[in-house]
Amino acid sequence: MHEMSIAQSILDIVKQELEKNGLTTLIRVKIRFGQLTNTVPEALETGFMALTVETPFESAVFELEQIPARYKCFKCCEEFSPEHTGRVLVPCPHCGEELGHTVLAGKELYIDFIEAE
Amino acid sequence: MKVSVIRNVLEANDRLAQELKDLFAARGILVLNLMSSPGAGKTSLLERTLADLAGEFKMAVIEGDLQTDNDARRVAATGAQAVQINTEGGCHLNSSMIMEALKQLDIEGLDILFIENVGNLVCPAEFDVGEDSKVTLLSVAEGDDKPEKYPLMFNLSEASLLNKVDLLPYVDFDMDRAKGFMRALNKDIIIFGVSCKTKEGLEGWYDWLRTKRAAKKN
Repeated sequence: MHEMSIAQSILDIVKQELEKNGLTTLIRVKIRFGQLTNTVPEALETGFMALTVETPFESAVFELEQIPARYKCFKCCEEFSPEHTGRVLVPCPHCGEELGHTVLAGKELYIDFIEAE
Repeated sequence: MKVSVIRNVLEANDRLAQELKDLFAARGILVLNLMSSPGAGKTSLLERTLADLAGEFKMAVIEGDLQTDNDARRVAATGAQAVQINTEGGCHLNSSMIMEALKQLDIEGLDILFIENVGNLVCPAEFDVGEDSKVTLLSVAEGDDKPEKYPLMFNLSEASLLNKVDLLPYVDFDMDRAKGFMRALNKDIIIFGVSCKTKEGLEGWYDWLRTKRAAKKN
């Protein structure tokens, strides 16, 4: 349940950003996370709820968007997104190579923006 | 109003991890983050390693567990320095815990610091703790499909030990299948088949430690 730590880190950053911009009321926070991170959206939402209940952030909307995995083939260097998600062996659709692809996208975990007043 | 943030959620941990890396680099200490499910044999591997290489290296261990100091006591019995972190339910170690544990360690002249993470094949992979390399253990009793089911940890590990190979005659574990999954996730991963019980294969692991240690020193 490392999502609790992640939710806490998100809150810490949100508080810093509110202060930096002279804002007090959080309306929405948008998180983007890569498909290849071990992030479970439902657990992250639960963590955020647990940490904000009965605080000024309680009514804020917590929005999550997944970034699909994208690879560059080890053999033919073509870029592709795997047809099936959640599989270890991701054959390149161009040449069939299964091993050693470079991950171009899917490992991100960042706060995109906040809406506040 | 809308404020563009674009900040890495784990930036606070990453910043502390970099501080730790700088601290270890300045002293030439090799730091390894040891990860696995509970019971795969991390502490047994450390007991063997600390005892067998005691004459070659000065080593210390930071132990992470939810509760008890059982592991720190096991490791300390070899004569090595050991500090126990109890996460009280936390599923992984992070850099601030390592910073705190270092206050109880004498790192002067240390060659290798092992960080034995909380037994968990998922969460510890996400949090850097200032290590040079992540090392993942998998015991053959757990099943050869685990790298496929828990890919991130194997993807990020520089080396992996398949432990308890003495049990291979009794379990349905296909070594080639497990290694195939590991290499699909990380084509450069170095794999050792070992038994901490019989000591089979440990010499390869020790040689890798020697090479890593020499590289860090220079």
